[in-house]
Amino acid sequence: MIDIRFPIGLMFTILGVIVTGYGLGTMGNAEMYAKSLHLNMNLISGVVMLVFGLGMLLFSDVVRNMLKKKKTQ
Amino acid sequence: MNTIFVLGWIDKLVLIVYFIFVLGIGWALKKYMKNANAFLEAGRSIPAWVAGLAFISTNLGALEVMGMTGSGAKYGMLTTHFYWVGAIPAMIFLALFMMRFYYGSKARSVPEYLKLRFDEKTRALNAILFAVMTVLASGISMYALAILLESALGWNFTVSLVISGAIVLGYTYLGGLSSAIYNEVLQFFIICIGLFPLVLLSLKDLGGWHGLQASLAPIAAAKGYAQDVYTTTWKYTASAGQNPMGVAWYGIAAGLGFVLSFGYWCTNFLIVQRAMAAESQMAARKVPLIGAIPKMFVPFLIIVPGIAALALMNNPSMGFSIPHMHNDPTQPLNYDYTILALLQHYLPAGVLGLGITALLASFMSGMAGNVSAFNTVWTYDIYQSYIRPTTSDAEADGKHYLKVGRYATIVGILLSIGTAYIATKFGNIMDFLQTIFSMINAPLFAVIFLGMFWKRSTGHGAFIGLLVGFLAALAHHGLTQPMGADTVFKGGWITVLHQYPVEMAQNFWTAIIACTVSTVLTISISLMTKRKKSDEQLNGLVYALTPKLDDSDIEWYKRPWFLATIVGAICIALTIMFW
Repeated sequence: MIDIRFPIGLMFTILGVIVTGYGLGTMGNAEMYAKSLHLNMNLISGVVMLVFGLGMLLFSDVVRNMLKKKKTQ
Repeated sequence: MNTIFVLGWIDKLVLIVYFIFVLGIGWALKKYMKNANAFLEAGRSIPAWVAGLAFISTNLGALEVMGMTGSGAKYGMLTTHFYWVGAIPAMIFLALFMMRFYYGSKARSVPEYLKLRFDEKTRALNAILFAVMTVLASGISMYALAILLESALGWNFTVSLVISGAIVLGYTYLGGLSSAIYNEVLQFFIICIGLFPLVLLSLKDLGGWHGLQASLAPIAAAKGYAQDVYTTTWKYTASAGQNPMGVAWYGIAAGLGFVLSFGYWCTNFLIVQRAMAAESQMAARKVPLIGAIPKMFVPFLIIVPGIAALALMNNPSMGFSIPHMHNDPTQPLNYDYTILALLQHYLPAGVLGLGITALLASFMSGMAGNVSAFNTVWTYDIYQSYIRPTTSDAEADGKHYLKVGRYATIVGILLSIGTAYIATKFGNIMDFLQTIFSMINAPLFAVIFLGMFWKRSTGHGAFIGLLVGFLAALAHHGLTQPMGADTVFKGGWITVLHQYPVEMAQNFWTAIIACTVSTVLTISISLMTKRKKSDEQLNGLVYALTPKLDDSDIEWYKRPWFLATIVGAICIALTIMFW
């Protein structure tokens, strides 16, 4: 069966990149972030997803096997 | 909702990425689905941590998320009783004492365990009730979701139903139980990440936990309660009138902590199926404990924002409100929409898409759970048992039942959609059915508990206990009513003999009575009838007739007992912190 850490990691990395990117692009948009108490929530959630996603990828069998192969080569 | 949400391109992009992954997981699993065993039981190959997260994720459906946030706004921290009393002890009990019999018996479903332990008629009764219940439950949650999408996002009711049904069908049809379980893990994480901003922002807005306590004090005082009633759990439960939930400590302990929670967590196949899919008996025994760890913290994610909503809506300067029923100001508040109102109030584009995705994910995990439990019970306990039994060719059978399982998935979803349509016409009947079905599990727990731990219990005893226990629940509901009930669907449809102060109390007592009737009948009829199964046949099904478990060959810190101790300690610590 598949190792679920890989798709989870991949999805959160992609979402992390998208939302972090959007957060950076909308930085300083005071009107938009008035709702979220002037916190750039996209940047916060985006980075959390990115870190979580990359962590999951790193621990997935797919990536671990790839790293192992590189080492033995 | 006063204003409809407007989703930007970024929000839609987030949703689309999520949908691609959900379907992609089903697609990737398709090639492993070679027979019914792989499709309906995930080939018993799921790692413990995956099954553990799926175990609680399938319970974290949309109705749970919306309902618990709403209850947070109504009852405050008392709502956590549904977790720290109403789930954790039962999950520990399931793991330590019951899981080895479910898993070790080689039964493929809870009804099948009943057949192995008791007899065919007990299985048939449970299988049929369960199949009807899961289809209705998933129909009701589909209805709730489509209404929500219609009112909040302006999506057409039918289109919402068909699209959400098609996506759940897509991944459960392709990858079966494995796909449902893997997606539940994905959904669990997206629910956490999507809803977390609400916790952060609502608490920040009110000045943290202490600010929240301070702003709730006058609200509690105005309603005649102690000032800290909304932020405590057990402190004001000496009598029912002291707290907004209207239940005293013994009602919580017996009704919620024992009958309802053990009935749900220990015998509902929807839940138990996740643990039964684990890769080994040791893994299966750990599944409920692994699930219990995040479960204990779910209240902070969905109840705390609800409590914050109560403070926010009582402070006009915050500009926060939750809608009334049917958007009619003369109607009571629609607490189910609390979470939507919070999403709308706090989240800018981007994280708003994540929040909506989290709600959709919670809906899908609940629905896929129902569908994957339905197709298993239908295929094994109804179709294979009464319509087309196994033949001598095991391989062809495996393929045949795989096909049946897949068709059952389609039919299950179509029936759910049909149920959702009926709910649009007769919403009250659906509430009523949901109340009744929540009571099926109370007698079931009594019967399975006696079956596992009392070797003398017999098939006749179990069958009558199950049937009359259910009828007793029905009768109690028909004879009592919560105060201020405006429809017969809330009870009292025979005649009103007793009035409960709140609906919660009525539900607790219905379950307590059903469980008691079932226990008394199962015991007395078992004593009057002969046990038909030999000690040999009951090996692996009954505690006293199964060899004692020996975990001494594994390290102490990997044993279920050790994990259970940690879970119990954290749960007690949380209870004391929020006493």
